[in-house]
Amino acid sequence: MTATIATTRGAAHASILGIGGYRPSRVVGNAEIVERIASSDEWIQTRSGIIERRWAEPHETVEHMSVGAARTALERAGIEPAQLDCLVVATVTHLMQTPALATLVAERLGATPAAAFDVSAACAGFCHGISLASDMVRSGTAKHVLVIGVERLSDITDPYDRGTAFIFADGAGAAVVGPSETEGIGPVAWGADGSKYDLIRQNETWTDVLAMDRPMMPTLRMDGNPVFRWASFEMAKIAREAMDRAGVTVDDLDVFLPHQANMRITDAMARTLKLPDRVAIARDIAHQGNTSAASIPLAAAGMLESGQAKSGDRALLIAFGAGLAYAAQVVRLP
Amino acid sequence: MASTEEIRSGLADIVNEVAGIPADDVQLDKSFIDDLDVDSLSMVEVVVAAEEQFGVKIPDDEVKNLKTVGDAVAFIEKSQNG
Repeated sequence: MTATIATTRGAAHASILGIGGYRPSRVVGNAEIVERIASSDEWIQTRSGIIERRWAEPHETVEHMSVGAARTALERAGIEPAQLDCLVVATVTHLMQTPALATLVAERLGATPAAAFDVSAACAGFCHGISLASDMVRSGTAKHVLVIGVERLSDITDPYDRGTAFIFADGAGAAVVGPSETEGIGPVAWGADGSKYDLIRQNETWTDVLAMDRPMMPTLRMDGNPVFRWASFEMAKIAREAMDRAGVTVDDLDVFLPHQANMRITDAMARTLKLPDRVAIARDIAHQGNTSAASIPLAAAGMLESGQAKSGDRALLIAFGAGLAYAAQVVRLP
Repeated sequence: MASTEEIRSGLADIVNEVAGIPADDVQLDKSFIDDLDVDSLSMVEVVVAAEEQFGVKIPDDEVKNLKTVGDAVAFIEKSQNG
């Protein structure tokens, strides 16, 4: 007699139970950036909508910011760290190849022995994490999952690169995903296009760095105009696919929460999607900068705190970045 | 097939929609950047809208060669006829 392998059964539905952010303490205005890239405050604001950004102080490590955002999210969700079954950390700036940052964050929070691993999907990482988390909850792999997006992009930004020096910033955002009476996380529309692998990238491999006469930290490079074209127009199609898959239209949306890549991309997407005026649009980038995987949960936390968005609102999330990788879903805000 | 003037006028409406430039200012001899103050990101939006409206393909590499409204109109005309 051969035993049959058991199948887990999960919750019928999943939703985001709480969202929290961590904004590092150092506020960096455009004046501090412009000299090194021979630019001006006006140029930066017109090109990106960024007025100022947050950069982390030395003690505000990716671990420190992750724990800060996670504690707020857990408290708002009413979930104890010990109730977590899994932690997913989306980041590209944990500058240790291994072990994963998630294991350290889990230990610091008191969530051990929850499963813990990192996801490398750059700016799209948070939405990848939300998709994984909702699938885990619905399949019974986990009951409560913590998804964190965290970056210290200032560590890998070249302050003299005109294409990126004014864009990238630091921060963390976290969301607790758990079981729910009704659906709170719609089906993901996601994918990747490796034919555009070079458009946003780390400029040198670690091996290149070792071969340098004076080894330097690798930095990010981005081909702005092709990325703008892809993000503004191709991604609008993915946003529509996420709405179709969730069974909603723009008229059912309360909030548009795109990755805070550039205000111009947000504006172009909103125009392409023909969002009704009543839909609140996340514009966190103006004072936070582009924080890659952290930008969506940070923007969501900010809108919920300021009252621009409220609990129960239907929000369209769409994240996109290096890879090029992307993921979008319609969610109910906690 | 659209005439030169029809393409210019269609393009002028697009530039107006994207960058808020009065459509009458969008004449063949005008430079997008220097005369009309259309920056490179707005130019990408203009190109994408023009592709849709005129049924042509304007590759990323070609965009930097379209300095004046006349350059863009000529490229669209050539693509439509080609």
